[in-house]
Amino acid sequence: MDILVTGTVLGGTYALIALGLTLQYGVARIMNLANGENLVLACFCAFWLYTAASINPILGILIIAPAAFALNWAIYVFAMKPLVDRAKNRGQLEIDSILATFGLMFIMQGVMLLVFGGQYFSYNFLSEPVRILGENYGLNRIVSLGAATLIAIALYVFLYRTRFGTAVRAVSVSPQSASLVAIDVPRMSAFAFALGGGLTAAGGSLLSTYYTFNSSMGVIFTMKALIIVIMGGVGDVRGAVLAALLLGLAETAVASLIDPGLTLAATYTLFILVLLFRPQGIFGRQTA
Amino acid sequence: MSLMNEKEQRIAAIALMLFGAAAMIPFADDGYYLSLCVNIVMYAVLCTAWTLFSGPTHYISLATAAFFGIGTYSVGLGIDTLPFPLLVAIAAVASGVLAGLVGVATLRLSGVYFVIFTLGLAELVRQVVTWLQVKFLGSVGLYVFTDMTEKHIFWMLLALAAVVYITGWLVNRSRLGFALRIIGNDETVARHVGIDVARAKVILFMISGAFIGITGAILAPRFAYVEPPSAFNPVISFQVVIMALLGGTGRLWAPLLGVIPFTILFDRISASFPNHTSLLIGVAFMAIVYFLPRGVMGLIDDFRARHAKSRHAAAGVPEAAE
Repeated sequence: MDILVTGTVLGGTYALIALGLTLQYGVARIMNLANGENLVLACFCAFWLYTAASINPILGILIIAPAAFALNWAIYVFAMKPLVDRAKNRGQLEIDSILATFGLMFIMQGVMLLVFGGQYFSYNFLSEPVRILGENYGLNRIVSLGAATLIAIALYVFLYRTRFGTAVRAVSVSPQSASLVAIDVPRMSAFAFALGGGLTAAGGSLLSTYYTFNSSMGVIFTMKALIIVIMGGVGDVRGAVLAALLLGLAETAVASLIDPGLTLAATYTLFILVLLFRPQGIFGRQTA
Repeated sequence: MSLMNEKEQRIAAIALMLFGAAAMIPFADDGYYLSLCVNIVMYAVLCTAWTLFSGPTHYISLATAAFFGIGTYSVGLGIDTLPFPLLVAIAAVASGVLAGLVGVATLRLSGVYFVIFTLGLAELVRQVVTWLQVKFLGSVGLYVFTDMTEKHIFWMLLALAAVVYITGWLVNRSRLGFALRIIGNDETVARHVGIDVARAKVILFMISGAFIGITGAILAPRFAYVEPPSAFNPVISFQVVIMALLGGTGRLWAPLLGVIPFTILFDRISASFPNHTSLLIGVAFMAIVYFLPRGVMGLIDDFRARHAKSRHAAAGVPEAAE
């Protein structure tokens, strides 16, 4: 039971990060390996807002997510757009964007190391216990799971129930055809990239309420998010959420039943199983 | 068909002379410069082995640290019971097998899957090794005491470098190398002409991984104390990618053009500003993508092409005027 709740909370946060990445990769076609750094930056911002201005991290999302949206818009326009224009084919863009975002990842990490140093940070927010089915859990975890759920539902409604969201999905299916029905593909790509950054940042501020973080942990989160995206199927919202929950549960189970040092091994086992048996993702359709 | 044509014989002679000259380095200096040279040869081997696979296939492998660490660990675990050459062979086999497993699982899929998988591979192996060590050996560290000094390590690496270059040259001439070039240019075409695409990629990845494992094994005596975080240091994977791409991946010796300047630069930066190394790596990646997409080799090729053109023009214009 403990594993179930803790795993779900972890999975909820993973889901936001993975949704951010799936939008960036699925729609804007940029595999953003600096996404984890984006998350860590949001952790630091939430920490700073809470300790310096005593702004509640949950409300802080209202500041952090739009800021991350703007930052990622700028990254897309100034750094990624030239690569998109230059690339002759999808493979070339993939390699270029991977290398460029690696660069971005190291630069962001380097700057954060210089500003905050390498030590771990955490702060106390809503750390009183709540009882659920006879066990105690931190209120901060439950609150952040609730917030993550709300954000994920809002995203789903936006993508599947609004005109603008449908346009975003159209670009993810086929950029060429999308431009035929008068969708401004470059603008939609920039928007999706920025929205992905905003979602990840929201996940970061939630994560910071119950997790100790440091400047160099971003890459682990990027990796987990990537694995979730692949497990769920690129660009698939439901798949990403399900895969995130699965991963959160598997990790928590391995950490508490076998050894906390083997979480990545658990992640990889899932990853390999998916690669071998369903490379198109959990809900993905078979393509030629 | 002769073994080598005239041009190849000339290149072989020059290479032999360069290797001979390099082998003399330990007699000139036994301190800082030798240790810098060990780094340079180490990265030269790693980058060339990396390029062997990633050059023709365009797959970006970040598994270097995993193979390197496995090599180091093979030596660390067996140094008290088995002779060193045997351990180096074990290292080669172990990393080759790991490369084969990773290859079979990921190389059938697109490049992104491969990058992501290899990105975490070193961390995964590190976690498993740490867990096994704690569980069965009781401690995490291993001591590697040998009579080998920096000098011996340098010579071994130099010999390995020669083997890697010869292997690369042989692969390029073989059916496998030809198949890989076709795969790199257009995988669909390769499949249509009857190349077993997955098999070719896996074999080459195994060769590349085995060489990286051997490098790790040779470097083990240098560390003296081996523990998971230092043996499976992920930074090495990124450094190798940067250096290889900086040099260029089109030719066998091109990575060398990136290895020498970057190793020296990295050494300087990490000596005087240890906190700025990740910034340096980041800037290097950006610089390669935006300014040097084909590496230093690309610049040289461009320069040569322009030079040849202007020479043609210079030779052609007076004739036309007459």
